[in-house]
Amino acid sequence: MLDRVKEKMDDRKKVQMDHPTGRVETSAGTKIQSRKVNMWYDQTQALFDVSLDIPDRTVTALIGPSGCGKSTFLRALNRMNDTIPGTRLTGQIVLDGVDIYKGDLDPVQLRAQVGMVFQKPNPFPKSIYDNIAYGPRIHGLATSKSVLDGIVETSLQKAGLWDEVKDRLTEPGTGLSGGQQQRLVIARAIAVSPEVILMDEPASALDPIATGRIEELIHELRENYCIVIVTHSMQQAARVSQRTAFFHLGKLIEVGDTADIFTNPKEQKTQDYISGRFG
Amino acid sequence: MTRIPTTRIIVTALLLTIGIFIAWSLLGPWPTVILTLLSGLGWLIGLTRIRGAAQHASTGARPHSLMGYYATYVALWTGLPSFLFLLAWVFLQGPVIEQLLIASLPAASAGDLTPSQISLLISEIRNVAAGRIFSEPEPYVLEAAERYGRWVAISGQMKLAAIAAVALLGLSLSASRITMAFRARQGVERIVNVLLLVSSTLAILTTIGIVASLAFEAFRFFERVPVTEFLFGLSWEPQIAIREDQVASAGAFGAVPVFAGTILISGIAILFATLIGLPSAIYLSEFAGERQRNIIKPILEVLSGVPTIVYGFFAVLVISPAIRTFFGGTLGLETSPQSALAAGLVMGVMIVPFVSSLSDDAISAVPQAMRDGSIALGATRAETMLQVLLPAALPGIVGGMLLAVSRAIGETMIVVMAAGIIASLTINPLDSVTTVTVQIVTLLIGDTEFDNPKTLSAFGLGLFLFIFTLGLNVIALQIVQRYREQYE
Ligand SMILES: Nc1ncnc2c1ncn2[C@@H]1O[C@H](COP(=O)(O)OP(=O)(O)O)[C@@H](O)[C@H]1O
Ligand SMILES: [Mg+2]
Repeated sequence: MLDRVKEKMDDRKKVQMDHPTGRVETSAGTKIQSRKVNMWYDQTQALFDVSLDIPDRTVTALIGPSGCGKSTFLRALNRMNDTIPGTRLTGQIVLDGVDIYKGDLDPVQLRAQVGMVFQKPNPFPKSIYDNIAYGPRIHGLATSKSVLDGIVETSLQKAGLWDEVKDRLTEPGTGLSGGQQQRLVIARAIAVSPEVILMDEPASALDPIATGRIEELIHELRENYCIVIVTHSMQQAARVSQRTAFFHLGKLIEVGDTADIFTNPKEQKTQDYISGRFG
Repeated sequence: MTRIPTTRIIVTALLLTIGIFIAWSLLGPWPTVILTLLSGLGWLIGLTRIRGAAQHASTGARPHSLMGYYATYVALWTGLPSFLFLLAWVFLQGPVIEQLLIASLPAASAGDLTPSQISLLISEIRNVAAGRIFSEPEPYVLEAAERYGRWVAISGQMKLAAIAAVALLGLSLSASRITMAFRARQGVERIVNVLLLVSSTLAILTTIGIVASLAFEAFRFFERVPVTEFLFGLSWEPQIAIREDQVASAGAFGAVPVFAGTILISGIAILFATLIGLPSAIYLSEFAGERQRNIIKPILEVLSGVPTIVYGFFAVLVISPAIRTFFGGTLGLETSPQSALAAGLVMGVMIVPFVSSLSDDAISAVPQAMRDGSIALGATRAETMLQVLLPAALPGIVGGMLLAVSRAIGETMIVVMAAGIIASLTINPLDSVTTVTVQIVTLLIGDTEFDNPKTLSAFGLGLFLFIFTLGLNVIALQIVQRYREQYE
């Protein structure tokens, strides 16, 4: 049943991917590739020449002092910045060999493929069930009630929330605890079968136990998704990610395997940040 | 010298002006001048005393409160008690002098006269004393008038002396309490608290008074016409009752058609207002750019500032004829010159701003996180609007609509001009219907006495109108309130 959904998603993607004019070759295993990305909010430049390869089925952590452009870069990956008036981007961001800022690519379709989880849990003021079903419904993924039920159940299971909410699917999602809400919105993102999941400090509003559960979940999701996570906690980056990119003042300073970055950084700035000398 | 903030100067000046204005209007010019001067003196003395105390105190010691509080404390204790004293004086002066006057009149005090004769006599004496003489008064009236004038003059002089005494007493007592340790700030705050309490109590009392007078007259009406008759009767013909031979004939005061007409017109109005107002709110809150918003919003809001009589003209001169030509001429339907549709539509235009403005607020109050969450799932802006924002804002929107309805129900001018006065029980919007407010106006126009059922029925209508709109308002405000809390 879920295969059928997957097929439907793939059909949709084909349509989209056949379309765009900007096909770009990327190295194998690279899900997202950015090249010389500059971004402006009105006159203020927030990103400078960011070139970064993000591999598939890996957790990539973006770290750096606050205001350094982590969120801005993350939001550039699903074109969420388009919704802010006055933003401008140059350079290239390639997803699966397609430049997402080129040609007639539809950002609405892109966002179905690149899910996003925000800092503060933001369930809709609807039932738990309707929160999950929202995405599949607007994308027409479910042909019948039973298919939709299936999507809701699998998504909640993948987000590790099913056992806690299976008897109260009709209750409002806003009534859950903070940690549950965050897993609910992860399930909501999963429900539209994205390939990439972007997370902007997903645990910063949660207590340590809820944070632990989210980190476990990220660990599990890595097997099937390309995950990019912004975090201000270096311990968290060390715990959940395989790759780490360090940003400073809108520039990408250094990127590498998480273990390398934390034990053996090449750049002085990275070293200073990691050893807590600024930030 | 520290600079005093401009806003504080303005607020202080404003409060002083208001205080002086109130005193002037209640007490007259001289007492006001005396009170103001003595309070100012109290302020200065308070300030001087605390400065003196601070100078004599050991170096480094500071008074408990800021200097200004001590000055204000003395000023308030100088002005307020004498103000209250004077108020009591002004209210008691009339009755006291009257009693004295009655006691001094042998005819009146002997009990030969009825109370209404006495009050006639008193007003004659007052008139004579004021120089309004209509016919040659009796000698004893002339004498009494002269006494009356003298007493009033004495009272006026004593009054000035008395307030000066009370004010000086307050001044010296409060000034004597000033020491370094005295908690002047708490003292001032207590007085201000009492003043605030008094003004809110006055507002509440006024409301209660209004409702009570309405309820009282309504009660007199329901003594003549049973409540059940009024609430369930299907025929409203109040005119019948004023004929001599037909006392409050049964069935003439059935208010159902009147309320039905009100509901029909308000229903049309809210339907129209929602059709126009809700899409405008959606456009304004989510789709309009800054420029369009800045142009359209004020224009919409101007609609609620147009005097309702202008809407009335608009209904009578433009909408009614248009409806007649369209439905009557083009479609060949039967229309009456004054249709519920015309009144309802124009009223709808009037309440569009309520709906659009409150809906706009409700939609804009939905947190940005909801929009982001939906957009990030690949929803379009329209999908986000229809499936996330509108449902989330619905309570606020419904609250706004209820407020608009209660405004429509209470609206008078438009319906007086555009709706009919015959109470017919119908749901056909092309028929002429009447509303509660129209009936109240028609019932109270003319010089019928206040104790016949026709006139009194206006209060019955008014009471139920009041209960109904009050209920709607309470419900609407609660809905809006609960909705606000949801996102705290
Ligand atoms: N909506 C916005 N409008 C204008 N400037 C913004 C906006 N969002 C972020 N910025 C600016 O862009 C820079 C990067 O911000 P951000 O990406 O949020 O940093 P981070 O997530 O690393 O803390 C900051 O200087 C910030 O002030
Ligand atoms: Mg951020």
